Amino acid sequence: MTTRTHDPLLELPEGNDLDEILHECREILEDTSFPTVRKWREGGGKVLGHFQVYFPEELAHAAGMLPVKVRGAPVERREADSRFGSYICSILRSSMELALSGHLELDLFVTHPICDAARNLAGIWGRNRPEPAQILYLPQNPNSTASVVYLSEEYRRVLGDIEKVVGHAVSDDDIRASIGVFNENRRLLAELYEVKRETPWLLPIHEAYVLLALAGLIPREEHNALLKRVLPLVRERNRRPQDKIRVVFEGGFCEQPPLDLLRSISHFCDVVDDDLLIGLRWILEDVPTEGDPVVALADAYINQSTYSPVQHDLRKPKEEMLLERLRGSRAEAAIVAAAKMCEPGLDEQVAYGQALDREGIPYFVTEFEEKMTSFDHLQLQLETFVENLLFV
Amino acid sequence: MTQATTGHDIVGRGAREGGVLFREWFDDLTGASERDEKAAYVFVMGSLVELLRVFDLHTVFPEINSLQTAVRRVSDEYLSLAEDDGFSPDVCGYVKADYGLQLRKGDHPMGTIPPPAVSVFTNACNTYLKWGEIWERMYDSPTIALDVPGTRHARGDTSIEGAGFERDCRYVRHQLEEMIPVLEQVSGKAFDIDRLREVLGLTNRMGRAWRRVLELNRERPAVFDAMMDGTIFLGVANALRGTPQGADYFEDLVEEMETKARLGIGSSVKGEEQHRLIFVGVPCYPIFRRFYQLFTEWGGAFVSSTYTWFASGGLNLDFEYDLDRPIESLAEGLLLSVRQAVDAMLFHDRALIAAIDEFGADGVVYHPVKSCRTVSTGLADSRRSVLEQRDVLCLYIESDMMDQRVVSEAQLKNRIDAFFEGLESRKIRLGSPALVT
Repeated sequence: MTTRTHDPLLELPEGNDLDEILHECREILEDTSFPTVRKWREGGGKVLGHFQVYFPEELAHAAGMLPVKVRGAPVERREADSRFGSYICSILRSSMELALSGHLELDLFVTHPICDAARNLAGIWGRNRPEPAQILYLPQNPNSTASVVYLSEEYRRVLGDIEKVVGHAVSDDDIRASIGVFNENRRLLAELYEVKRETPWLLPIHEAYVLLALAGLIPREEHNALLKRVLPLVRERNRRPQDKIRVVFEGGFCEQPPLDLLRSISHFCDVVDDDLLIGLRWILEDVPTEGDPVVALADAYINQSTYSPVQHDLRKPKEEMLLERLRGSRAEAAIVAAAKMCEPGLDEQVAYGQALDREGIPYFVTEFEEKMTSFDHLQLQLETFVENLLFV
Repeated sequence: MTQATTGHDIVGRGAREGGVLFREWFDDLTGASERDEKAAYVFVMGSLVELLRVFDLHTVFPEINSLQTAVRRVSDEYLSLAEDDGFSPDVCGYVKADYGLQLRKGDHPMGTIPPPAVSVFTNACNTYLKWGEIWERMYDSPTIALDVPGTRHARGDTSIEGAGFERDCRYVRHQLEEMIPVLEQVSGKAFDIDRLREVLGLTNRMGRAWRRVLELNRERPAVFDAMMDGTIFLGVANALRGTPQGADYFEDLVEEMETKARLGIGSSVKGEEQHRLIFVGVPCYPIFRRFYQLFTEWGGAFVSSTYTWFASGGLNLDFEYDLDRPIESLAEGLLLSVRQAVDAMLFHDRALIAAIDEFGADGVVYHPVKSCRTVSTGLADSRRSVLEQRDVLCLYIESDMMDQRVVSEAQLKNRIDAFFEGLESRKIRLGSPALVT
C-alpha cells in the first residue's frame, strides 16, 4: 500500500467532550478555505476533487491522494457566475468559484454525468483551470450484463490518470488495502445512521450531517478514528426522547442544504434517515478484498448500492426506494426537498409525491439553495405541517 | 431560357416538400394510433430508428412533438397540465409538454400520437433518462436505456482511432444485442439482418446528401438558413432516416442547394446577406418565425448551427455504416453520433472556432434556454473562450424553447438590434482607411 505519512488533518484534543468535538467539526466543515485540504497540500499531498454524487474514492486513496468531495459552498460568487447561464443550480457555480478563487486547489478534477449541468462542468473546468478535468462515465444502464465489465474498465482508465498525477503505479494490493479502510468507514457510517434511526434524540440531523460530511474532507483513516471516538460519546449522551414526528429527508443527494436549514428541521422533527451526501454511503455492504479489486468496486457500485435520482436502474424505481427507506426507518412522514434548478431532484419530487399520496403518507415539499440564509418562512411552513400531523 | 433550365423552379422545394413529408409522417402516426399499431418512443440523439424499422415499429419523437406544440403556440396548455401535477416551472419544457400530451391521450395539434409499445433512450441527455422513467410509471411497456459513454475531457479524441473507442464500442454493441430480443418480443417479428442492411444503406444515402447540404452553406451567400431552414431539414432527417423517402428528399435538397449556390441565391428573406452568423443552442420556438426575423431584418444569415450538429443523429459526421457488418457498424455509428452530439454541447468551443473559420462567420449567437441544461450550461463560458480566440462579435440571449412565460420579445429585440449595430459599426471601422492603416 502507498505509504501516507502526514500529520493528522483533524486536530481534536484528547480532552474534548462531544459538544466541543462537534463544534470543531462544524467549524472545519463550514470553513470555505478548506483547511484540511490546504494542510494536506502543504505536506506535499495531491488532491483529487470529485463532484457529487459518487466516486470510487478507494482508487485515489490507494494512490496516496486525498479524495475530496466537491459539493459547493455558500460563498460569494465573484468569478464563476459569468461562466454560467441563469437557470443553473448553485452547487455548480459555487464549486467553480472555489476553484477559480483558489479556495480549493486540486490536482485532478472528476465530474460525472449525473445531470445535464454537471456533465458540462468538465468542459468549463477544463477551460478555466490548469489541473486536468474529466468525466467519469458511471453507467446509466446498470441493467446490462456488460455494465460491470464496462465500469471496471472505466475505473482502470481513471486509475491510469490518477497514476499520471501521482507519478507512480498503484497495485491491486494498494487498492485492496484502501477497500479495507473504506469498508470500515461504511460500517461506521451505518452505525451512525443506526443511532439516528433508533435514538434520533441523541443525534439531530445537523450534527449527524457534520460527522458524515467530514468524510469528504479528511483521509478515511482519520474519519474512522473520529467516528470510533464519537459514536460511544453520542450513545452516552444524556438526552431524553421528545415528542417529535419521525421523518425522512429526501433531496440532499447533490447540492447540500445549509446546515442551519437542517437545524431548523430538527426543531420540529426527528430525521431518522436521509439521502444527504448519499455518495458517501452509496455502497451498502463490504466490498470484497479478494480477487480483482477494481472489478469488486465496479460490481459493488452496480449491485450492492442504494439509489438516487441520478442513477437510472430498473431494479430501483425511486419512489419505491423512498417508500422502502420510510418503512426501514419507521418514519411517519417525508420531507421531499429539491435544490433550486436541480432537474433530477425536481422531476423526482413529482414521482415521490404521487407515490406518497397513493400510500397515504404525509409529506412536505420544499426547495432550497445552498446559499439560503433565511429560514423563517420554511420554519413556519414546517411547523404548520407538523402541527397538522400531531393535532388533526 | 425556361425556368427549368435556370433552376429557379426548384428553389424553395426543400422547405415545401419537407413540410408535406412532415405532415404525412404525423398523419401516419395518427393512423397507427387509430389502428392500434405499435410505436417506439425515441429521441433525436441516438434514436436507433434503423433498428426499430427492422421490426416495423412506428417511431415517435417526443422532442419533436413538444417543439411542435410551441411552434403552434399551444405549448402552454400542455405545460400547465404537467405543472398542475406538480412539475416545477424550472424543469425541461419538452418533458412537461409530453407529459401533458400523454395525459391528453396523444391529442396533438398535428394528429394523434400513439402510446409507447417500447421506449428507447440513450444518455446523450440525462433528461432522456428521467423522461423514460415517467413512461415507465405511466405505461406497462418496456423501456430500454442505452448507455453510450461520451468523450471524457475537452481534448479527448472521439474518433474510431481514439483511445478507448473499441472498449466503449464493445459495451454499446453488447447493449444493442440485449435490445434485439426485447424488440422481437414487443413487435412479434424476428430480427432480419438483411432488412437492417437495407435501412442502414438508406441512412448512408441520407447522410451523404446532408453533409453536402451543410458544406454548401460555406458559399456566399449561404444557401439556407441553418436555424430556420435547418430546423425543417432536421425534422425530416430524424423522422425519415432509414427510408427511401428520406434519402430521396435529401438528394433532391442537394440539387436545390447546388442550384442556389450556382445562381448565387441566398437564404435571407429580406434583402442581401449582410452578416454571416453561427447559432449556438436551441431556437426560440414559441416565437420561432419572429425570432428568425429579428436577425434577417438586419441581413443576418445563420450559416451554421450547433443544432445541425447535435440534433441530426450523427448524419453530419463523415461516417457510413458498413453493410457487411451491420450490428458492429450500428454500434460504432451510435457511439460516434452520440459522442459527437454531446461534444457539440459540452466541448464545442474548438468545433465552433473551426466553424467560424470555415464559414467565414462575423458573429456567434448564443441562445441558452431555461429548458435545456445540456445545451445551455456551458454557453456563457464558451462565449468567453471564443472571444479570446477569434475576432468576432458574440451575442448571448436567454429565453426558452417551450415556455412563452420566459420569452420577452422586446428584450430580445433590444439585444439583437444592439448586436447588429455593433456588427455594422465594426465593419465600417474595419473598412475605414484610417483604421486599416
